[in-house]
Amino acid sequence: MATLPADAVPGPAQHGPDLQLEESAGFDRHIIHYIQRAAATGLYEIRGMGSKRHLPHFDDLLFLGASLSRYPLEGYREKCSSTTVLGTRYAKKPITLGTPITIAGMSFGSLSANVKEALGRAATEMNTSTTTGDGGMTSEERQSSKTLVYQCLPSRYGFNPDDVRRADAIEVVIGQGAKPGGGGMLLGQKVSARVAGMRTLPEGIDQRSASRHPDWTGPDDLAIKIKELREITDWEKPIYVKVGATRVFNDVKLAVHAGADVIVVDGMQGGTAATQWAFIEHVGIPTLAAVRQAVEALEDLNKKQEVQLIVSGGIRTGADVAKALALGADAVSIGQGVLIALGCNSDSYVQRGQHVSALADYHKLGTGPGYCHHCQSGFCPVGITTQDPVLEQRLEPAVGAKRVRNYLRTLTMELTMIARACGKQDVHHLEREDLVALTIEAAAMAGVPLAGTSWIPGRGAGI
Amino acid sequence: MVSVIAPVAQRIEFDLQRQSVRELNQYLHGDLSGVQEVLVKNPDGAHSLAVGLNAAVRVDIGGHAGYFAAGMNKSATVVIHGNAGPGVAENMMSGRVEVAGFASGGAGGSAHGGLLVIRGDAGLRCGISLKGADIVVGGEVGSFSAFMAQAGRMVICGDAGDGLGDSLYEAVIYVRGKIRSLGADARVEPMSERDLAAVRDLLAAAGITHPASEFKRVASGRTLYHWNADAHQEY
Repeated sequence: MATLPADAVPGPAQHGPDLQLEESAGFDRHIIHYIQRAAATGLYEIRGMGSKRHLPHFDDLLFLGASLSRYPLEGYREKCSSTTVLGTRYAKKPITLGTPITIAGMSFGSLSANVKEALGRAATEMNTSTTTGDGGMTSEERQSSKTLVYQCLPSRYGFNPDDVRRADAIEVVIGQGAKPGGGGMLLGQKVSARVAGMRTLPEGIDQRSASRHPDWTGPDDLAIKIKELREITDWEKPIYVKVGATRVFNDVKLAVHAGADVIVVDGMQGGTAATQWAFIEHVGIPTLAAVRQAVEALEDLNKKQEVQLIVSGGIRTGADVAKALALGADAVSIGQGVLIALGCNSDSYVQRGQHVSALADYHKLGTGPGYCHHCQSGFCPVGITTQDPVLEQRLEPAVGAKRVRNYLRTLTMELTMIARACGKQDVHHLEREDLVALTIEAAAMAGVPLAGTSWIPGRGAGI
Repeated sequence: MVSVIAPVAQRIEFDLQRQSVRELNQYLHGDLSGVQEVLVKNPDGAHSLAVGLNAAVRVDIGGHAGYFAAGMNKSATVVIHGNAGPGVAENMMSGRVEVAGFASGGAGGSAHGGLLVIRGDAGLRCGISLKGADIVVGGEVGSFSAFMAQAGRMVICGDAGDGLGDSLYEAVIYVRGKIRSLGADARVEPMSERDLAAVRDLLAAAGITHPASEFKRVASGRTLYHWNADAHQEY
């Protein structure tokens, strides 16, 4: 029998067919493996992507299509607008998009320059926006993106006034759904010479960014910071404020008071390129609950028509988008979905028109397509979350751009299809009344009735 | 249309008792060819004075400034003839910013280039996330100064508060007075000839006189550059 090194992490035990195996609910195989891993390494696990646990989500809601009491639009004949305008509160130049589906902030560093270019090209083709990330703006993404949102993060890596001036909007990032309260993280194997240069860091170090902004603290300061950004940009550009979903009702109110044009609320299903496992799975609240709280905060302040709300965190399908809009969002942002559209977790990548198997590289990471969350490693088998000069060539910008464009187009078509079925000439006319919930949890979180009843848990009795 | 008062050849005056910060900044973002100096009268602690400048102009702020004075400065020289609120010269890229009096928290935070001179004391977190600029402080600095400072130099002529240089990267700090405590991974190192020359040059640029030999060098021990289970997450 082969022996393992003392510090090796044991894998799942292999058993014969005749053994009686009673798995513990509390100490199941996942938890046993977690404890064994912690005992072997003394370090917590860092991984990419978002929460993998089951959470109440948009899947737990259903639309009430039109019938006798509502009048539908003809699916292939009557127009349903998806035009979306963001930043109407104070900005002289609000953003007008052709779809409410935008691309979320993801850094050059976590992603390759080819990927950033592909996302910009896809967003431009779809007349929507894409967003920079922790690490600054690359020339590739600026040149390829018609509408680019420039993030102002606690680290301020690569943040500079020239890029502020050439951005179309500024997004002040307070937190993200995968790790509200945590700073960015980029492990050394992804801190290439170019990434290090843009971030003013030594090449190859494990980079841990700040979780607090360097020049302001608290909501009163934020109001002054936003005014500074408005002064620098001559009040032209919309200012977004992005929060990770925790105390959403209060945070949204504070962001409104601080002067945000647009508020981005990122639920706990939101992705990350590298974060501690315990952070991803145990901090924050689900997107479903976050949307309702954010909308209630805006309605409470009578700002629903003045301040736009973007929701992100686990948005995957056109139905998800429609449900977010019906709950009161003005737009959504997608990160993981567009990475998967690019080829993340695919078993192959495309080179010069040919599919090439990536299975061997997944296996080197100890995983397979459909399960991979090793963005933190820098060894992305399909060349997306990498700075490796060989691996990054696996994502050809033209191929990636086409796939993301197709994905965003599909979602927009699904969105308008559902809106028409609910009798809406504009996707922004979808409303809470169009929704019911499949579970009591979802009904309580989303604030819509349990299907077949008028009961919204926490809001009195119903039938 | 910006109305200016008492125009003198090459010198423009703004009076913030009668004109707004918006008018001032809009003017400073316009075509400044031929303008050498802009005097801002009655600033009265207003926020965001002379922010986002992108020209080699001199701006004199005739009194106290609020938050973010000369924020994101590029190329300009901004002199504050009083005290400055939090975030003075934040994210400066180039040029020169001077504070005649005291500077509040986060002075020069994340500044990439240029020179910030504070003749009095600086508050908490001076030079936080510094990314390449130089800062000279005539007096003391508050706690957690140079926190996570990545590049650039700080000269502190007085004492430094707690946690100086916590989680430093490649920035270097020179301190003449006492250091109340060093932050994680910061350490005192010997002064080389290069360090002495750097201190002399920076003091000369700031117009402050002290012997370079009286300064200590503080730099990163570089023990936090990679994950390390033995560090017990005490950082």
